Amino acid sequence: ATQKPDRMAWVSHLTAIRDDKDQKAFAEVFGHFAPRVKAFLMKSGASPDLAEEVAQEVMATLWRKAHMFDPTKASVSTWVFTIARNRRIDILRKQRRPEPEDLPWGPEAEPDQEDVLALQQESEQLGVALAALPEKQRDLIVKAYYGDLTHSEIAEQTGLPLGTIKSRIRLALERLRHQLK
Amino acid sequence: MNEIKHHLTDALLMAYSAGTLPEGFNLVVATHISMCDECRARMMEFDTVGGAVMDAETPANVSDESFAATLELIAKDDTALHEPVAETPARNGLFPSPLQDYVGGDLDAVKWRRVGGGVRQAILKTDKSASVRLLHIPAGVAVPDHGHRGTELTLVLQGAFRDESDRFATGDIEVATDELDHQPVAEEGMDCICLAATDAPLRFNSWIPKIAQPFLRI
Ligand SMILES: [Zn+2]
Ligand SMILES: [Zn+2]
Repeated sequence: ATQKPDRMAWVSHLTAIRDDKDQKAFAEVFGHFAPRVKAFLMKSGASPDLAEEVAQEVMATLWRKAHMFDPTKASVSTWVFTIARNRRIDILRKQRRPEPEDLPWGPEAEPDQEDVLALQQESEQLGVALAALPEKQRDLIVKAYYGDLTHSEIAEQTGLPLGTIKSRIRLALERLRHQLK
Repeated sequence: MNEIKHHLTDALLMAYSAGTLPEGFNLVVATHISMCDECRARMMEFDTVGGAVMDAETPANVSDESFAATLELIAKDDTALHEPVAETPARNGLFPSPLQDYVGGDLDAVKWRRVGGGVRQAILKTDKSASVRLLHIPAGVAVPDHGHRGTELTLVLQGAFRDESDRFATGDIEVATDELDHQPVAEEGMDCICLAATDAPLRFNSWIPKIAQPFLRI
């Protein structure tokens, strides 16, 4: 049961949800992500009941907004994280979250498979790099994402290995920009 | 647009991605990212880190009814599916869209108030964890000399200013902490318009702004 489908498989699941309203694909996505979203929210301070309720909302949003998912910009994990984070800000912090202006291009119906593969591999490598960090450093990053560090506390952490966990996603973005011109 | 030289720090981007910044800071960060591809790409990296953190989490137990409940939720509000994908409007005017959301329009919608010396400001409504304002500084005019108790973010939307640390032009962001005392001066030639947020009141070094401080809500 711990056999993890790779990121490209999640991307095709999202396509199946978008194009065919495929409930079987959705069940698999739910089975993997809902328990992680729930855990993420509980660690961020939500009660188990609230966390489960919000996890359901997050997964429903994934279904509804499947057409907004762009595999040249994010892996499914990243996308689910941003949905969960936004709900957390909404519900736990009762704050509005200003989002950057959209890029002048939206998700294409059929994105270039090479771009998709490159971005998905980058995301995978970043996950591997994070897992390979010494425990102390990884803990700090994890704490920051669970809301246990303020931005000034993050700034004080000189030991944060931000360089090593950064990927080449910016190159992927530059390539996209370039192709558009 | 000229090349942006001063960018967001890793700490700010990471906290923005984690969703733990004060709302006023989020607004400045989102506005800078709207103007800056480099920081947008860095934000995407930090979002990817967030995804990896969530993915590495030990899964919690989700009840057996949860999947059915989610399908019900979807069936209840399936209307969103049929909404056309919102076209991103081409940006018109000076302000990127997150800022326009808070102002309720572009530059001509700003309700300026004079704060002395020809400088005008407009405070934008956010939660109390930070205060955020637009500043209009006439060309050649200086903002009162001050220090900072917390963090101050200043994003240039039009024109340029100089202070003790450097020159900041359109798109640049200055991240000032309690170590910096400065007196920003708008460059000659064009009025400078900035978006500035602080999470603690400023420390003014002369007595007139100190008296005015409660009125200016700086
Ligand atoms: Zn930047
Ligand atoms: Zn200042």
